[in-house]
Amino acid sequence: MTGQEKKAFILLLPVMLVIGTLFVGGLLLGLLRSFNYMPVIGLDDPSLDAYARVFANDEFWTALALSLYISVVSTAIATVLAVASALVLRETFKGKRIVTFLFQLNLTIPHVVGAVAILLLLSQSGFLARLGYFGGLIERPSDFPAMVYDDWYLGVIVQYVWKETPFIGLITLAILQSVGADYEAVAQSLGANRWRRLTQVVLPLIAPGVMRAQIVAFAFTFGAFEVPYLLGKTFPTVLPVLAYQRYTDVDLGLRPEAMAMGIVIAAVSTVLILGYMALSRRLGRT
Amino acid sequence: MRERPNTIFAFLGGPQFRRWVFLSALMIFLVLPLLPLAIWSGAFNWFFPSLLPSVWSTRAWAYVFSPTAAILPALWNSAVIAGGTVAISLLIGIPAGRAIGLYDFRGKRLVEFLVLAPTIVPPLAVVLGIHVVFIRLGLADTMAGVILVHLIPVTPYVTMILAGVFANYDPEYEEQARTLGAGPLTTIWRVMLPSIFPGVVVAGLFAFLISWSQYVVTLLIGGGQVQTLPLLLYAFVRSGDFAISGAIAIVFIGPGVLMLILTARYLTGRNQSIGGLGGA
Repeated sequence: MTGQEKKAFILLLPVMLVIGTLFVGGLLLGLLRSFNYMPVIGLDDPSLDAYARVFANDEFWTALALSLYISVVSTAIATVLAVASALVLRETFKGKRIVTFLFQLNLTIPHVVGAVAILLLLSQSGFLARLGYFGGLIERPSDFPAMVYDDWYLGVIVQYVWKETPFIGLITLAILQSVGADYEAVAQSLGANRWRRLTQVVLPLIAPGVMRAQIVAFAFTFGAFEVPYLLGKTFPTVLPVLAYQRYTDVDLGLRPEAMAMGIVIAAVSTVLILGYMALSRRLGRT
Repeated sequence: MRERPNTIFAFLGGPQFRRWVFLSALMIFLVLPLLPLAIWSGAFNWFFPSLLPSVWSTRAWAYVFSPTAAILPALWNSAVIAGGTVAISLLIGIPAGRAIGLYDFRGKRLVEFLVLAPTIVPPLAVVLGIHVVFIRLGLADTMAGVILVHLIPVTPYVTMILAGVFANYDPEYEEQARTLGAGPLTTIWRVMLPSIFPGVVVAGLFAFLISWSQYVVTLLIGGGQVQTLPLLLYAFVRSGDFAISGAIAIVFIGPGVLMLILTARYLTGRNQSIGGLGGA
């Protein structure tokens, strides 16, 4: 070991201890239990039964599809809004400081609070419905489109877009500032119009960084529990809520199934980290 | 771009007007959801279709600050848990950030992978596995156990933010201090910490915000014994008491907003390490 390696080893020991025991340990224990392997309570014959039961259950596939649908739609909308916001926020204009502050403010608001706020805003007797009544658009709460506890999880998606737009937007803003305006100036001097400068210069330059932010946002929404737990239906529900329901069921025999679902969530996320690392390498090269 | 003639019609179709429309819509989208929360917290009753409560009341706020309600203890629990999580994550994240940002070593890629993994793999998937071990170690239903599980989502962000800070750090200054006779602790305290201070503040802010907003892992590991603000907020929303829910929500947002105001000057978009990671 070189001197630097020795130093790095000592400095990394505490963090590796925490991540190794809590994170890796927790995942491995979950994996063992998903194989129905728990010698302490007499389960010492590992099997794939829990997975078989999970995969044979329509409820699981619906939950997986629902989770993917929510993450894809909310991340896509948030990205478009975020990139547009970042492109506007990098310009200089009157009131920029207050606008940027309000943009950041949203990051400090916990998802739990965001979910309650969206409930009070979008429910059929919520604030928007009242505005709709005063605007003469609706007469009764039931005239207002159902956006919470609805089939399409609209409230959940709105909440995620609301929270993720500033998150992806601020990262995009930082990337835009580090890229600078030189490339655009060159493109402009070569005769590229606004639209071509945007689509052929700016967007390709920021794409890898924006995609990394998207992956974090996507993985978060895919594995998040709080928002669909409050704003979504109990049935069908998203994968994390389903796993939680199985885990806290009075029937302890369902716990291996809960673990199996946890592992599926982790597996989908792992594919995402690999993508993230690949993008980081590409970023590092350019 | 060509200059447009300076008339009101040109303004209405011009880029400045479009920017104004876009920003206004964006600000309404970001701020509007918080408005009903604030109004509800002062409402005695607020029936459809009234735009404002017909009867106002300080009931919710009196309840929030009353010594008999469970809210002040929950606020205290949340603060102790977030404080402990921030302190521990910084203590282990600063050295780790230094190692990743400053040194080359074999297995660096694996270390980076392990540090990044918890930002992508949701804590719920991990905590389901830990729970039984925590029960046997006596850590379930305790504040210490909750702090430990909060470290899972928090530590990666702290480490990666500080790794970015250390990547732009020049250890030459430490050498100079050492030649001038400073001991290792003096060097850390008087040279290293002051120069990474803005990064430490930002890392601490993220650590606080992430710990402060955890819900499901606190619920599982705390077993309902460790009551924090988000748990109480859920209980009141589920019971349909939106006035108290609104007041709790505002109390819950307060510290994070305050910390953002205090640390905003360190959060400039110029810092790529922060921009490259951010917090969910």
